[in-house]
Amino acid sequence: MSKFRKSSGKGLQKINTSSLPDIVFMLLFFFMVATTMRETEIQVRVKVPEATEVKKLEKKSLVSYIYIGRPVAHVARMYGTEPLIQLNDKLVSEEGIPYESIQDFVLFEREKLDEADKNKMVMSMRIDEEISMGKVDDVKQALRRARALIINYSAKKEYRNQGRQR
Amino acid sequence: MASRETPEVNGGSLADIAFLLLIFFLVTTTMDTDTGITRLLPPEPEDQQETEVKVNQRNVLVVLLNRSDLLMVGGEVMDRLALKDKTVEFFTNPRNDQTLPEMEEQEVQFPPGSSSLLSPEGVWTGRVSKGVISLQNDRSTTYGKYLQVQNELVAAVNTLRNDFCNLYFDKDYDELNTNNPIEEEIQLGIRKIYKMNISESEPKSIGGRN
Repeated sequence: MSKFRKSSGKGLQKINTSSLPDIVFMLLFFFMVATTMRETEIQVRVKVPEATEVKKLEKKSLVSYIYIGRPVAHVARMYGTEPLIQLNDKLVSEEGIPYESIQDFVLFEREKLDEADKNKMVMSMRIDEEISMGKVDDVKQALRRARALIINYSAKKEYRNQGRQR
Repeated sequence: MASRETPEVNGGSLADIAFLLLIFFLVTTTMDTDTGITRLLPPEPEDQQETEVKVNQRNVLVVLLNRSDLLMVGGEVMDRLALKDKTVEFFTNPRNDQTLPEMEEQEVQFPPGSSSLLSPEGVWTGRVSKGVISLQNDRSTTYGKYLQVQNELVAAVNTLRNDFCNLYFDKDYDELNTNNPIEEEIQLGIRKIYKMNISESEPKSIGGRN
């Protein structure tokens, strides 16, 4: 009887924290591996629409990005608030249908790819859902002329309630 | 000199450092994977002249999105959620309706012995639709609405493909592994039966610029 009382009377036992760094390092490595650092600064505000039939884009190296949206605050001070097109990292300032900018952009991006992948280039169109189609049609026309025909309308996965899913 | 013991490094602050780094990566991480709907643009015609392709009237379903984002399908106003079923009906023409697209008897080769419902040589014979969907929009149509319509059209074709794949190969169409040559052939075969015949028309300005 007295044996038990003796051990419990000494207050709380200290938790051994020597394995805490190991756990934290494990988490750290996970996030380090999972992180993709953003290479380009996005200068237009883009909220992509939602869709149910989205597929993952497989090969990142084949993908170039076209953003269309209204400019963010510090860009808007220079360019106004009208929707702008951004190709990977630079804004398009061309008036009307941006044939030349997109032609240059496509050629430049195509040059970076291997010979075998040159016609597999994917244009990921990250377009704000509020943008009117006129701008999008312009870009599509320019892409057709530049012979970059595989496009991907970027969208988030939308989960519908069970009733509509078959 | 007496041999000294190397003093033990205090590991207590290791956790703090690791936590700091962990929080940094937690904050900077963007886990978004790129997802979207992939479409193929038609190549620009060689000469600038419009090439009129002769298509039978019944083989075309015009899907029109006007500047107020109202949807018109084949001449009638329609809700977006009804579009998928309409498209499925258009592509299958189950009752051989004269107003729905023509169906053509075709043979499609699948890998031999891949399904008990096919002949041993793997030849599928059946009706393949000649239908084409023509998606048209105004310059002022909202992109979000446009993509929703695209999504319904793609969903309809995906449903048809998936049903076929389930029936013949007891598998979801999405689960076909393209790295496996047999399954890739199955996928190509199904794509021949249910083509993604959605044409995004040349932009027209239907009433003024935005």
